[in-house]
Amino acid sequence: MLFKTASSPHITQKNSIQALMFKVLLAMIPGTIAMIIFFGWGVLINIIIASVVALLAETLMLWIRKRPIKPYITDGSALLTACLLALALPQLAPWWLTVIGTLFAIVVAKHLYGGLGFNPFNPAMVGYVVVIISFPREMTQWVPPLLDTYTQLNFTETLSIIFGGDLPLTYTWDAITMATPLDTVKTQLGLELSIKEIEHHTIYGPMFGSVGGFGWEWVNGLFLATGLYLALKGIIDWRIPAGLIAALLILSNTFALYDYASFTPPSFHLFSGGIMLAAFFIATDPVTAATTTKGRWLYGAGIGIFIFIIRTWGAYPDGIAFAVILMNMAAPLLDYYTMPRAFGHSWTEFPHHHKVDDDE
Amino acid sequence: MKDDNYNEISKNGLWNNNVALVQLLGLCPLLAVTGTVINGLGLGLATMLTLIISNAVVSLIRHLVRPEVRVPVFVLIIASVVTAIELAMNAWLYELYTVLGIFIPLIVTNCGILARAEAFASKNRLLPSILDGLMMGLGFTLVLVTLGAIREILGYGTLFNNSHLMFGELAHNWTWVFIEDYSGFLLAILPPGAFIGMGLIIALKNVIDKHNKKKQTNTATQIVSSTEAAV
Repeated sequence: MLFKTASSPHITQKNSIQALMFKVLLAMIPGTIAMIIFFGWGVLINIIIASVVALLAETLMLWIRKRPIKPYITDGSALLTACLLALALPQLAPWWLTVIGTLFAIVVAKHLYGGLGFNPFNPAMVGYVVVIISFPREMTQWVPPLLDTYTQLNFTETLSIIFGGDLPLTYTWDAITMATPLDTVKTQLGLELSIKEIEHHTIYGPMFGSVGGFGWEWVNGLFLATGLYLALKGIIDWRIPAGLIAALLILSNTFALYDYASFTPPSFHLFSGGIMLAAFFIATDPVTAATTTKGRWLYGAGIGIFIFIIRTWGAYPDGIAFAVILMNMAAPLLDYYTMPRAFGHSWTEFPHHHKVDDDE
Repeated sequence: MKDDNYNEISKNGLWNNNVALVQLLGLCPLLAVTGTVINGLGLGLATMLTLIISNAVVSLIRHLVRPEVRVPVFVLIIASVVTAIELAMNAWLYELYTVLGIFIPLIVTNCGILARAEAFASKNRLLPSILDGLMMGLGFTLVLVTLGAIREILGYGTLFNNSHLMFGELAHNWTWVFIEDYSGFLLAILPPGAFIGMGLIIALKNVIDKHNKKKQTNTATQIVSSTEAAV
């Protein structure tokens, strides 16, 4: 048998950025379809708006920055940002909200920092934070997931609400939108109800489903399944989601054991909101995450801890975006302090002077 | 320094060596109070007045103060000036005074003022020092007003809101409303909006400078080539 390559160990890297992004996008499809089934056409419309705006903004910024347009526009990174942001937004969010969020993500968070590979913060999460602190009212327009007591909107009705901003005559906002399970738990705990009372409440009860909120548990389960597949294939690093889920599990379990009436069980924490999407698709962004082995564990765990803190004691029902951005800031520091020992060098040698400095 | 460089002093204060855009000093009040044009203008004018008076006083006593104790002396002078301005605003512009709150006494800590006292007024005669204070203050005020305008338009959809705080009852209807029923873009009013707006203004200044420089070198090369051709 004849091997073509000679000398040097040529390890081929099969995953170009384009292939990587494409695979991640592909892996998001099952969860996204589940979201469309449960939460209606708004999900799809948001994705389309965000994608179109992201691609246009990307082209414009590349042109302004005098970068080659075609290789960057086809790498799929802008599309991935747009999809992640769109999935995080409420389904009946007005069109301009999606546009502002996407523009901030691509123009400010990505290109003003130097484009793909140079952005310190996850662009999709920056876009999300911008809209949630700027438009708190519009960010509550979540659709109830296929529940009997609520009206389901058809495609044209959804379109007219997103683009026109006004409701079809027979509907009121209360009939077509609903607080998410996470939000409900937060409000009702504030009203001195126990977790058990909330879950068996005549009005709020049905939305909790069996584990993490009706509809939500399916969405999260599918993202978990495809995310695991990506991790197995080595497309994303498994340590970040593992750290995130482990930290959230340990924290929520400890607190639920301590006081099960006022802290939600770990199963609810893991399968509500956007946890699985965050763990496998958002936190694993190779540009903004930590890069060392130990650093990735800590990075994931940090996000999990912040999510728990914000969900439990913060002002917002879910805190994924804030948690991710906070840990993005910490990523360089984590990398610095978890740098592995270079082979053939002792700990006191070159890239590890800081270990000596610390002792002084 | 020569006597005929008043032009240079003005240019430095307003553009080339702008306190906010180039020296990046006094960013705390700059970012904190520029929610509206009037707030920015109020604080800008107060800072400008402080700069003029403190520069004048520092310039007058520049031969009396020993270099070892100059910084505490400058700080004392600036603090007295700011206290006087604060009391004056409390007396005559009470509403604006309550809006700006802690940021008026905090003018003392604006490094821009101490920097001008140290770098300019303590080495120059009275008149250039006063002009320097005026121009540096004006440059600072312009940035405050520009940033305030950007944030007010984006954040509230208005311009010159609350003008009566500064210009009296006459100015009640000076408010320009750009968008009726504007629900507001909170980010612009919150601190991140100030940072982003400031970054964009600095970027704009750098673009303009770069453009001007390019034009200058272009004309310079043209002149050189035309003279070469003539030769």
